[in-house]
Amino acid sequence: MKVLVAVKRVIDYNVKVRVKPDNTGVDLANVKMAMNPFCEIAVEEAVRLKEKGVATEIVVVSIGAKACQEQIRTALALGADRGIHIETDEEVQSLEAAKLLKAVVEKEEPKLVILGKQSIDTDNNQTGQMLAALTGMGQGTFASEVVVEGDKVNVTREVDGGLTTVALNLPAVVTTDLRLNEPRYASLPNIMKAKKKPLDGMTPADLGVELAPRLSTLKVEAPASRQAGVKVADVAELVDKLKNEAKVI
Amino acid sequence: MDTAYFNDTHEQARQTARKFITTHVSPYIEDWEEAGEFPRELYTLAGEAGLLGAGYPESLGGHSEGDIFLKVALSEELMRSTSGGLVAGLGSIDIGLPPVVKWARPDVRDAIAPAVLRGEKIIALAVTEPGGGSDVASLKTRAVRNGDEYVVNGAKTFITSGHRADYYTVAVRTGSEGHGGISLLLIDRDTPGFTRGRKLRKMGWWASDTAELFFEDCRVPANRLIGAENAGFIAIMTNFLSERLMLAIMGYMTAEIALETSIRYCRQREAFGRSISGFQVTRHKLVEMATQVDIAREYTYRCAALMQAGKSPIKQVAMAKNFAAQVCEDVTREAIQLHGGMGYMREAMVERLHRDGKLLSIGGGTTEIMKELISKQMGL
Repeated sequence: MKVLVAVKRVIDYNVKVRVKPDNTGVDLANVKMAMNPFCEIAVEEAVRLKEKGVATEIVVVSIGAKACQEQIRTALALGADRGIHIETDEEVQSLEAAKLLKAVVEKEEPKLVILGKQSIDTDNNQTGQMLAALTGMGQGTFASEVVVEGDKVNVTREVDGGLTTVALNLPAVVTTDLRLNEPRYASLPNIMKAKKKPLDGMTPADLGVELAPRLSTLKVEAPASRQAGVKVADVAELVDKLKNEAKVI
Repeated sequence: MDTAYFNDTHEQARQTARKFITTHVSPYIEDWEEAGEFPRELYTLAGEAGLLGAGYPESLGGHSEGDIFLKVALSEELMRSTSGGLVAGLGSIDIGLPPVVKWARPDVRDAIAPAVLRGEKIIALAVTEPGGGSDVASLKTRAVRNGDEYVVNGAKTFITSGHRADYYTVAVRTGSEGHGGISLLLIDRDTPGFTRGRKLRKMGWWASDTAELFFEDCRVPANRLIGAENAGFIAIMTNFLSERLMLAIMGYMTAEIALETSIRYCRQREAFGRSISGFQVTRHKLVEMATQVDIAREYTYRCAALMQAGKSPIKQVAMAKNFAAQVCEDVTREAIQLHGGMGYMREAMVERLHRDGKLLSIGGGTTEIMKELISKQMGL
């Protein structure tokens, strides 16, 4: 079974994000970049499926500037077999990412596509769902457990009320939640071996997809800094404030 | 930390080392420091991650042979454990194993190196003796050839990983007085006549195991001779180059961590109505510390670059070690001062950094021996 995993290059989760002085976006100059943590979980899940003998080949795909190849190499070092880099310096929004991934799906015909549920830069939580809709595949989002059985995959999902399990026919799209697994680190010999694994480059035009953003950003601002709280004398005062000032109960 | 010296592979390797430290070391390091050792399993975990194999031949289970800056990157990240003792303990492989890999008989090398690189076996280097350390040419532990064996008598001390090592690369006297009579022998832990004394308690490097070794009519198979008989001195000296580079790295990294910790503390600590980093005297002190750390690091990189280019920069590496050790001592001392009373507490990391840092002007050749070496290289 072939598994396709999409990974995104984002600002490292440890970095304190700064807004550009002209409010057009987030400052990316000289900022440490890394693989989106949810994508790391997606790679890990694919590698575990391969170790269990369920997956036979893992193809990892990333969309973006040339530097995205670093994240593809990381995925290859973690256990993916080959990489696809769709190179573009343009902004790629969720729908376009989904269209590009659909083109890759049609080319590669994977049985399972695993993505992070969202990326920690824009936090849209859309690409996996859009890809499923565009390709007509079933979707299991926010996965906390993935079990492949024959032509089906059972995906346990984290929802507000607890857990729910969906059974999907393969091929299917799965997006990962935080508790699906604990990603490993790449061993040094595997990092060295990853350098020799194949990495194909292509452009959105090669895949017949035109990048035309449908959303425009008006302004980016840092969140307001947190205000100091107030102390209450007793529970009665707390309830009063929640009722009459905050109006939440 | 982008410089021309490091590439993407080094960055990926750093990430692995960083995650290794944050996963397997950082949560436990305070306990290990107090306990005076870290679990043996850490060697196998480091072996699995490929951290031990860096710089060794692939045929023995290593990788990236000859990539000096990979070793630099990994050493820097391991120092993020904030424990010189842990790094020294894990790192005893890099002083004990290279002579075996380079000069031992192929059958002996192939039987030993792969298990050590996997972290299943531990190796130590034993040169220093109770009667003297710096004066290697005067070592007294004697090995007398008797048929197919060497009979070893003598003692070693201050040996890192000395208690729990499985193999020991031991400097012995096989010939006449002076540096022309020294050889290296590979001695197994369970060889009859070989015992280990008490576990030595130290000022710093608490997490590393440091021991005395005793040899009484210890019979070692003659095929365990590393290199040619009486050619051990040059092997020991060659080994020192990379050891001293590592000690220089430990120096500026210990100082770097002390500096970062101090900056955080000074921002948050308030006195006289404002954070103490608001005072010029504090800022200038931090700037002076940062300047020293940067210069020590960049000069050490320069030495590594010379080694990468195939040179043998004995003088420069000795200078780097001396400079970084001094920077480490100064910066960690100032870091404690900036922390005030808190800096004197065992729970403050800077206290440990200062104790650990002192070793660097002693181990791998004292500052004074380095100066003698430098003056010889300068033809003074």
